[in-house]
Amino acid sequence: MKLLKDTWLMFQRYLLVFLRNPAWVAIGVIQPLLYLVLFAPLLKSLVQVHGFPGGGAYNVFVPGLLIQLGLFGASGVGFGLIAELRAGVIERFRVTPVSRFALLLGRALRDILTLVVQSLILLLLAIPFGLKPTVVGVIVMLGLVALIGLGMSSLAYAAALALKSEDSYAPLIFTLSLPLLLLSGVLLPLDLAPGWLQDIAKANPLSYAVNAARDLFNGKGFDQAVFEGLAIMAALAVVGVLIGARRFTRAIA
Amino acid sequence: MIETHNLRKTFKSRRGPVEAVAGVDLDVKKGEIFGFLGPNGAGKTTTLRMLSTLLPPTSGEATVAGFDLRREPAKVRYVIGYVSQEGSSAPEIPGRTELVIQGRLYGMTKPRAIARAAELIESLELADCADRPTKTYSGGQKRRLDIGIGLMHLPQLLFLDEPTTGLDPQSRARMWDEVRRLRDTGTTVFLTTHYLEEADALSDRIAIIDQGKIVALGTPDELKRQVAGDVVVVGTDQASDRVLELLRGQPFVREATAADDLVRLYVDRGETAMPQIIRVLDSAGIPLASLSLNRPSLDDVFLRQTGRSLREAA
Repeated sequence: MKLLKDTWLMFQRYLLVFLRNPAWVAIGVIQPLLYLVLFAPLLKSLVQVHGFPGGGAYNVFVPGLLIQLGLFGASGVGFGLIAELRAGVIERFRVTPVSRFALLLGRALRDILTLVVQSLILLLLAIPFGLKPTVVGVIVMLGLVALIGLGMSSLAYAAALALKSEDSYAPLIFTLSLPLLLLSGVLLPLDLAPGWLQDIAKANPLSYAVNAARDLFNGKGFDQAVFEGLAIMAALAVVGVLIGARRFTRAIA
Repeated sequence: MIETHNLRKTFKSRRGPVEAVAGVDLDVKKGEIFGFLGPNGAGKTTTLRMLSTLLPPTSGEATVAGFDLRREPAKVRYVIGYVSQEGSSAPEIPGRTELVIQGRLYGMTKPRAIARAAELIESLELADCADRPTKTYSGGQKRRLDIGIGLMHLPQLLFLDEPTTGLDPQSRARMWDEVRRLRDTGTTVFLTTHYLEEADALSDRIAIIDQGKIVALGTPDELKRQVAGDVVVVGTDQASDRVLELLRGQPFVREATAADDLVRLYVDRGETAMPQIIRVLDSAGIPLASLSLNRPSLDDVFLRQTGRSLREAA
């Protein structure tokens, strides 16, 4: 009960911080939008290639783009936390009886809401290009993005709390997020990849999310890949939250 | 209000363990302003962070507001307030909102938190800026808001970490009044500072800490009385070593130290010592740059205990 109340309070506070800078919603959308406009058209000529998944170029590319949005959006949240550490805000909360779990969850919920709003904007913008979404597909897709958001932002917060400075946090997330992206099959489907690359990609949890996302948009419905993707992202979220919450309870020297 | 026995904190570092707080015994009484004075890095903030539940002690016992610090930190949190050096508000959010959120984190109902925030805004004179984002605040306003955030839940005990660092003299005087007002309403205040004047002017009792250990404890007057007599400061032109040597052996000098080009002499009676000092230096042919007679300050207390000046160390 206290956890829920505290989480709600923290969520409100961080939402307020965010609403004071609404430009961030747009900034988060701009990068994927550039991919949509400047990269996705290249795929149109690849649709015929053997191994390229069915459903049309945009129904293949946009779902992956949303996973990328989740990855990049969530991995950047640590910057805000580092600024708050420096401003003494985190110390202030840690001296209060507020639930430590709520310190993490309140923020992460705000991040999830942001990602869901950005995903909806991106989906709407993709329709004129040729995306053909289904209602159920979109809903499950947003659930998938939310799980990635929860898991990745919790991990990002844990890293930010451990490193405490932008100078070490920034290189870490850039170094980690690029291989995660390349090995997820967002840009080009991994079906086109040689066997050894496919094998490495299997170790990347995000590749399952991308497979699930694609199947949600290519009319295959709830197949095994969707359940696998949801299950793995849920597991990532649980692990992320546990690691993040542990960091929040530990002393920050 | 606070009682500690042999409180210690050891940090691990690459060069081995560092003892930041090396066995601190404190006894802070209800309703007093307790000043914790020491140079930067002496262990003030580490002690404060332990007492406010932010940092688990490595060893030792502590009771804060009647609760065992190690076994019942959750209970301690309800009755203490803490104002850190860094501040406590987000730049985007108005001060009033921060106050209300803070109150609600302690379980206040929304109307109660709004009413309490209004009370604090009034008493801390933040009405002009309360509804603006805190990034527009002056240094003094921001500090007063920090205090307000720490006071939202009417704590019995308020921890203030370097409350006036970086403030202009006017805001500092204002902050001192605020702290005294708190004590007058029954709140116990535990503050750290590296300003001698602040500890002297504000504290009912002072503990001086250096290198993780308490080196002196008492009221400002008691501490200064320990350094009995007067302090004569002799200024020379790059000859302080010789002056120190010459004067240290004189029967009227109880203790002497040198720093920069100043030699400090602790004497029983300054007015009889000064002519003798002039005579000694004159016969040795050393020109005097300055000569002054002072009552002992807290710096002299620190100097006597540690052999260093707090002004130098800070």
